[in-house]
Amino acid sequence: MITEYLFWFLAFVSVFGGVATILSRNPVHSVLYLILTFFAIAGHYLLLNAQFLAAVHVIVYAGAIMVLFLYVIMMLNLNRLDAEKRTLIGKVTSAVSAGLLLLVMVGVARGGSEAGEAPAESIDAGLVENLGQVLYRDFLLPFEMASVLFLGAMVGAVFLSKKELNS
Amino acid sequence: MERLVTLIPLFPLAGFLYITFLSKGLSRSFVGTVGAGAILLSFVASVLVFSTQLHGEPVVVKVFDWITAGSFEVDFAFLVDPLSTIYLLFITGVAFLIHVYSAGYMHDDEGFNRFFAYLNLFVFFMLILVLGDSYLTMFVGWEGVGLCSYMLIGFWYKDMRNNDAAKKAFIVNRIGDLGFILGMVLVFIYCGTLSFGELYIMDTAISGLHGEVATAAAILLFVGAMGKSAQIPLHTWLPDAMAGPTPVSALIHAATMVTAGIYMVARSSQLFQMSETASAVVVIAGLLTSLLGATIALTQNDIKKVLAYSTVSQLGFMFVALGMGAYTIAVFHVITHAFFKALLFLGSGSVIHAMGGEQDIRRMGGLKSHMPVTYWTFLIGTIAICGIFPFAGFFSKDQILAHALEHNIPVFALLMLASMGTAFYMFRMFYLTFHGHFRGSHEQEHHLHESPRVMTIPLVVLAVLSTVGGFIGFPHAIGESIGIHHWLDHFLENTVVMSYSTLSAGSEVILAVVAMAAAAVMIWYAFSVYVKKGTRALEDDEVESQAHRLLANKYWFDELYDATIRRPADALSGWLSRLVEPRMIDGAVEGSGRLTRWSGEAVRTIQNGSLTTYLLAIIAGVILMLIWLN
Amino acid sequence: MELIPGVTTEHYLVLSLILFCLGIFGILYRRNAILMFMCVELMLNASNLALVAFSRMWGDTGGQVFVFFIMVVAAAEVAVGLAILMLLYRNMGTTQTDVLNKMKW
Repeated sequence: MITEYLFWFLAFVSVFGGVATILSRNPVHSVLYLILTFFAIAGHYLLLNAQFLAAVHVIVYAGAIMVLFLYVIMMLNLNRLDAEKRTLIGKVTSAVSAGLLLLVMVGVARGGSEAGEAPAESIDAGLVENLGQVLYRDFLLPFEMASVLFLGAMVGAVFLSKKELNS
Repeated sequence: MERLVTLIPLFPLAGFLYITFLSKGLSRSFVGTVGAGAILLSFVASVLVFSTQLHGEPVVVKVFDWITAGSFEVDFAFLVDPLSTIYLLFITGVAFLIHVYSAGYMHDDEGFNRFFAYLNLFVFFMLILVLGDSYLTMFVGWEGVGLCSYMLIGFWYKDMRNNDAAKKAFIVNRIGDLGFILGMVLVFIYCGTLSFGELYIMDTAISGLHGEVATAAAILLFVGAMGKSAQIPLHTWLPDAMAGPTPVSALIHAATMVTAGIYMVARSSQLFQMSETASAVVVIAGLLTSLLGATIALTQNDIKKVLAYSTVSQLGFMFVALGMGAYTIAVFHVITHAFFKALLFLGSGSVIHAMGGEQDIRRMGGLKSHMPVTYWTFLIGTIAICGIFPFAGFFSKDQILAHALEHNIPVFALLMLASMGTAFYMFRMFYLTFHGHFRGSHEQEHHLHESPRVMTIPLVVLAVLSTVGGFIGFPHAIGESIGIHHWLDHFLENTVVMSYSTLSAGSEVILAVVAMAAAAVMIWYAFSVYVKKGTRALEDDEVESQAHRLLANKYWFDELYDATIRRPADALSGWLSRLVEPRMIDGAVEGSGRLTRWSGEAVRTIQNGSLTTYLLAIIAGVILMLIWLN
Repeated sequence: MELIPGVTTEHYLVLSLILFCLGIFGILYRRNAILMFMCVELMLNASNLALVAFSRMWGDTGGQVFVFFIMVVAAAEVAVGLAILMLLYRNMGTTQTDVLNKMKW
């Protein structure tokens, strides 16, 4: 099935992007690999019939957040990674603990995922129209609160970036 | 009527609150009027309530739900029955007279308002004590009067000795209170209620108690009565309580509060009736106390101390009567005693007033001509306490003696002895104070004067009461033959257990004559020693005979307690403060501080500022939690 | 059950867990605050993926709304967080977390 192949392909891309993000020496490369991962995830969203989310995801993450990261990295001039001292023990510890966590979580997820029968199929749950209905009817208050949160974050960012904080 | 009953204690309470909070800047006469007026209103209400009880049934007036905890329910209720109403009557009556008197006596004292506030509060608590329908309500009044007594003994708080006396009274009373509480607990466990109405009047729930438990409960309650009514071995506080102003001594430490113990035992008459042993204990304690008081009073030279020991002795008489089952006679003696002892105390107050604060009868003498009203009223009080017909003391004391004669000849003999002692020491004091020539300083002699009207009128009223008050309890045997009822017995018939004297009219008369003759002999003896021969009382350093010294030092009771209780307690606390306090208690307190600090030092190294470590800890936690949950 | 032909919920769940643990590994592995931040974004996306998969599984829009709000929070967080990092760099001259360990005992 084409979807199955697509899934494996996208899964591979996203994991590869993630690994490369972490292991890259150059931060700018890291950002680019992360963007790759995000695109793969957007592909997953499309596969899962969440078209609107996929679009928003690309716009917000790839378009806004990662650009912000890139901008900051360039501003701080982090092109050349200044001596990241990593001991062997540090590397092993991080790999082992993350792996252990993965093992346990997967074990838990597999043990507990005996999901029952499929619910009433609603293929188009991810369409803009349906999402909009839910968002503007059931989640109106959180939606508005989110806008307030944004405003707060904006003010905070501006305030923090000011040069003379003490005045 | 129910409203009226609740009003009775409310008047003094209102008076107390008013004087305490709103009397600033008001004139003394106004404050005095408010204080005395509140009591007068109470008295009027008491008279009205009393009149309903002449022919009515006992009534329980519930004021509010007080304690409800599981099966333990106590209402704050008042019990109106003949016993409580007769107490109401003489408490409010005597208290009113003493308030009036105080307005004159305390007139120049800077604590005038405070004094009246305390007195009103005292009357409030005394009325609660008497009206309470349960042991618990009574206990509220009981503690309240104890508190007021404490505050009034230490009224002149600038003198440390007064504070010491106040503390002594409070602490000794606390010992008795413990007995009271334990007795209440026993009664509640076995009877399931503390209400007098349910225990004694409307029902007989008290029958849940019997045998040794009844004895234990009765004796425990009697320990409470011992503390409040100054019986051996808890009597030592009462003489020291004379440190308070004289009206206080008259009201609290002679007429009302100290008779609360008698009231409590009379209330519990059915309980005491159940136990021979408890009754015997009451008789023995009362007898010893009356003898002890009478003998110590023989050698005291402070006019108020003589009266204080006389009070101790008379209280002993009352307890003897209670123990012999003559509850009404004891109540009768309480009433007559309230009249003549209040009279005597107020008279002594009048003398002290005239002497400018001097209380030593060795410095007095010949006051007869200077203060005639005080002299005559004091004489009436003295005769009344000696038991000479027809004064009030005669009737009550004679009936106690009659009961003793019937029940137990040795008790009768000892009571006779105490009674003769009473006659002697009272007239000794009387002669030394009013007869002979003046022995005080020249300045005092110049200053001598009769007290103002506001003080002498209560004296006269009390003198009248001391004269005629005895007729409410005319002896049965004689009374019936000449057609006079023993009104009091009749009135209290259904309230307390009755015990009628079976002596014939003839033997009653003989007893009365013998008792009076004995008293008369002692009076004559005192007269011949102190007036005819003009013997003066010995100064403290002239006392030579061992017996005299023993009495003058009150049988060394204070010293005994000091040696057996205070010193060991001091030593123990000293030891505790030297060893346990610094080592164990401080050690524990400081140790816990040190432990916290040490463990903080140990734990804080975990916080090393490295994000990685924190995250690793979180991951470890999550892993453990997931494993745990599966 | 199959979300799409040939792919079950479990596939997506494991994928999202792998991505999540990669994020954690990254945070443990790198010492640069900006890169750690990026790994946090990766973790957030991993959970988003799981939520969308669940939404698909139950045919419920609620999961997608959640993702939407997570994006909102992530965006706000990045804005403030990067501003803080800028400030930090300006004052301390570095964004290496092993140097920035002043907040300890």
